[in-house]
Amino acid sequence: MAKANLMDYEKALELFEVVIGLEVHVELNTNTKMFCGCRNDFGDEPNTNVCPICLGLPGSLPAVNGKAIESSISIGLALGCQIAPTGRFSRKNYFYPDLAKNFQTSQYDEPIAFEGSIEVEVPSGNKYTVLIERAHMEEDAGKLTHIGGATGRIQGAEYSLVDYNRAGVPLVEIVTKPVYGSGAEAPELAAAYVRLIREIVKALGVSDARMERGNVRCDANVSLRPHGQEKLGTRTETKNVNSLRSIERAVRYEIQRQAQILANGGTITQETRHWHEDKGATSSGRPKSDADDYRYFPEPDLVPVQPSHEMIERLRAALPENPADRRKRLASEWGFAELEFRDVVNAGLMDLIEETVAQGAKPQSARKWYAGELSRIANAEEKDVSELNITPAQVAELANLVESGKINDRIAREVLSAVLEGAGSPEQIVKDRGLEVVSDDGALIAAIDEALKSQPDVLEKIREGKVQAAGAVIGAVMQAMKGQADAARVRELVLERAASL
Amino acid sequence: MSDLIRLNASELVELLAKGEISSVELTQAHLDQIAKVGDAVHSFLHISGESALATARDVDSRRAAGEKLADLAGVPIAVKDNLTTTDAPTTAGSKILEGWIPPYDATVVTKLRNQMLPILGKTNLDEFAMGSSTEFSAFGPSKNPWDLTRIPGGSGGGSSSVVSSFQAPLAIGSDTGGSIRFPGAVTGTVGIKPTYGAVSRYGLIALASSLDQIGPVARNVLDAAYLQDAISGHDPHDSTSLPGSLGSMVEAAKRGSLKGKKVGLIKQLSGDGFQQGVRNRFAEALKLITDAGAEIVEVDCPSFEYAIDAYYLILPAEASSNLAKFDSVRFGMRVSPKGNPTIERVMAATREAGFGPEVKRRIILGTYALSSGSFDKFYGAAQKVRTLIQRDFDAAFAKADVLVSPTAPTTAFKFGEKVSDPLAMYLNDIATIPANLAGIPGISVPIGLADEDNLPVGIQFLAPAHEDARLYEVGAALEGILEGIWGKRMMDFAPELKVN
Repeated sequence: MAKANLMDYEKALELFEVVIGLEVHVELNTNTKMFCGCRNDFGDEPNTNVCPICLGLPGSLPAVNGKAIESSISIGLALGCQIAPTGRFSRKNYFYPDLAKNFQTSQYDEPIAFEGSIEVEVPSGNKYTVLIERAHMEEDAGKLTHIGGATGRIQGAEYSLVDYNRAGVPLVEIVTKPVYGSGAEAPELAAAYVRLIREIVKALGVSDARMERGNVRCDANVSLRPHGQEKLGTRTETKNVNSLRSIERAVRYEIQRQAQILANGGTITQETRHWHEDKGATSSGRPKSDADDYRYFPEPDLVPVQPSHEMIERLRAALPENPADRRKRLASEWGFAELEFRDVVNAGLMDLIEETVAQGAKPQSARKWYAGELSRIANAEEKDVSELNITPAQVAELANLVESGKINDRIAREVLSAVLEGAGSPEQIVKDRGLEVVSDDGALIAAIDEALKSQPDVLEKIREGKVQAAGAVIGAVMQAMKGQADAARVRELVLERAASL
Repeated sequence: MSDLIRLNASELVELLAKGEISSVELTQAHLDQIAKVGDAVHSFLHISGESALATARDVDSRRAAGEKLADLAGVPIAVKDNLTTTDAPTTAGSKILEGWIPPYDATVVTKLRNQMLPILGKTNLDEFAMGSSTEFSAFGPSKNPWDLTRIPGGSGGGSSSVVSSFQAPLAIGSDTGGSIRFPGAVTGTVGIKPTYGAVSRYGLIALASSLDQIGPVARNVLDAAYLQDAISGHDPHDSTSLPGSLGSMVEAAKRGSLKGKKVGLIKQLSGDGFQQGVRNRFAEALKLITDAGAEIVEVDCPSFEYAIDAYYLILPAEASSNLAKFDSVRFGMRVSPKGNPTIERVMAATREAGFGPEVKRRIILGTYALSSGSFDKFYGAAQKVRTLIQRDFDAAFAKADVLVSPTAPTTAFKFGEKVSDPLAMYLNDIATIPANLAGIPGISVPIGLADEDNLPVGIQFLAPAHEDARLYEVGAALEGILEGIWGKRMMDFAPELKVN
């Protein structure tokens, strides 16, 4: 696959207005599937969490998972949507071997939630209002594995295996209205929007929200039109972009690719596209037209979903704080500089810091750990910070060990590596390895006196008031203590001893 | 012929309860009859003699031990082959499912097993219940015991011919547009389509989900009542099943009264264009109904004119989607075409080889009716007609307790007569279809033989949704009056089956 000719990004934005639209599939973490009692756990041995219903065997009928309805309504409410007093399921008919019934039970003209909006902040601090068209319920398909092809793709494969463990897993699809006016920040906005959706569903507790596991999947629609033109350009839909970084890159790529084609007088094909992380490019999928005929009709095997007013209000009352309010609250509680706070938000560290503070750490030291050393390690290991083998409680413990002067920064980094290697809690490690700083002034004073005596010229300078000369003595003392001393205390004592010797 | 097999189910219930007969001898008597006439009538696609006898033995030993059993415990039954059974192949009359043994029992089958009715076997039907004659069964048609050259009705011709040839006292049917009632009418038996949702559809291989309803097939109204009571009730596996109970049908049948009832004669189905012998018997029945103290009132249902058109859009639309799962991937037939067998080609070849002509016709029709551009014109318009028909019924039931019409325009026709003319075939269901579109219950009760061919004629009563008991009450009353006049039961008119 050759990378397409791309127009310079700035130039593309000069020539065209970018319009994006996002479809996010959120997989609910209900115990059972959408329409049957099978375990909602598709990581199990293939085709073990299946039954006549999710296999679509003749005669079987679906029955709606009430918990999935509640989760969907909660998502709708958190997105500021209206909740439909009555919502029907429909059948989306198409043949595909991962689709047990050869139709997907979904919602079509009567989604459970519609017309919401959320405010999304991008890294620059700019805020955009994204209008939500709808959030509807549907079932996932099974998972196809293509065998024999070079890349695991269907092209060139000899045969395919189907795992129906995923068939019937409940999904909520959140569809935005077209998003205008984000200009150069469209890629960042797309990623920030998906991050926000993740935060919301995680806070609601309705999804595990792990993109790398496909709990949250994003299809990004991108179209361009000349500035001032009213008619929307032809869009492409880049499917299943499975990390925030990829979303940003894929949208940027599509903008540059489409701009190049349009500027050369070409036309955009309405189609789905696949994002290739390794190549940093999208490739053509299947043509997609608005006339794709899924022969939708109301699912006759299910009665309409009619959530009661009481149920909706109960779910509304149970909604967690909305992300914007939460940000505002934490910003004031933590007292970070504006830039510091924005970095925390953009790096997705808010949850971790909040939890760490709850475990007793000072906000500023929690921030330093996560934004500093832990982010550095995560980057090096190509992981998310949240995936590192350390809990917020352990980070809090570590931060407090430093804060109380029991260990210094250098030792703390050593303790951190040990924690990440699974050696235990920071306190345990400090204790086991005898890493606590020497806080016995007697031992320190002996070392200081010796250092001062062996460097009389330095002693003289200090006595003359040139306190910066103390550095040489402090260094010698720290070396003698093998680093296990509180440098600030050493400095204090050096000045004291210099005066009294 | 053993006398046992000619007894009504309600009589068997008493004899079994009193210990005067055993379930084993009763079941064996029916298996003997199946052995005798089975080939000639071709009612069964599968016979489960061994498991039926095992159930019968279990019933007998429990009864002997003094255990209190369900009313119908020990009474043999046949089940239409579009209900899933774990111990017998389930084909829905289609080659595409030949040999498939489901891993689960339909809810109705579970109920029959729990109440310990020996299941004799699975009965024939038009492929996926699409037809009025069983001529579209992939495994050959069933015959009408009154005349083996004629159709036993359809799609449930297997169940109607089983009961009318004394191979079983009871059978389970399914009625999407008349598939229980039409076969009942042409075989001189009783067939009921209960209110939509009264009986769970879980495990019924769907034809059209919004129209399908399982119901009883029997030789008289009280027998059918026992069976409806046994199989109805809410099922969490079927979201469309009714939440509550509709009361006791047996009590309604035993009460059997027409006195003071307002019986609505549907103007559009009062017999114009129907076979003369059908009209004659129907007119006589109306007179008997009046004599029994009921009042006949005429009701107008103008939208019935469009019922068949609407039905033949809604049914194929739903069926086209319901039948999509038959793709060879997970179960059933698989045909690999020559050359490069891509999944699309395997699916297409399987469906080409596995489905018969009527199924293909309806899939194509339904796919078209749902396509964008056609949807509003066809499926959407049909749904509007459906609403209008429901309104016609609402207005009619404001004037009458039950409605009445002949069940079918003709008596049993000969094989081959309509098989090549789908429209003529579809017209058989003109009187039965409106009830399915409206979800209301209907019963067909035999009212005698047509003058010109000496073949059975049925009358249909319809009641408002949830008022199934009214059908049993008026049906049993009319049946009682007729049996009084005849001095025997309808099936006693049937000629002795000539078998080699």
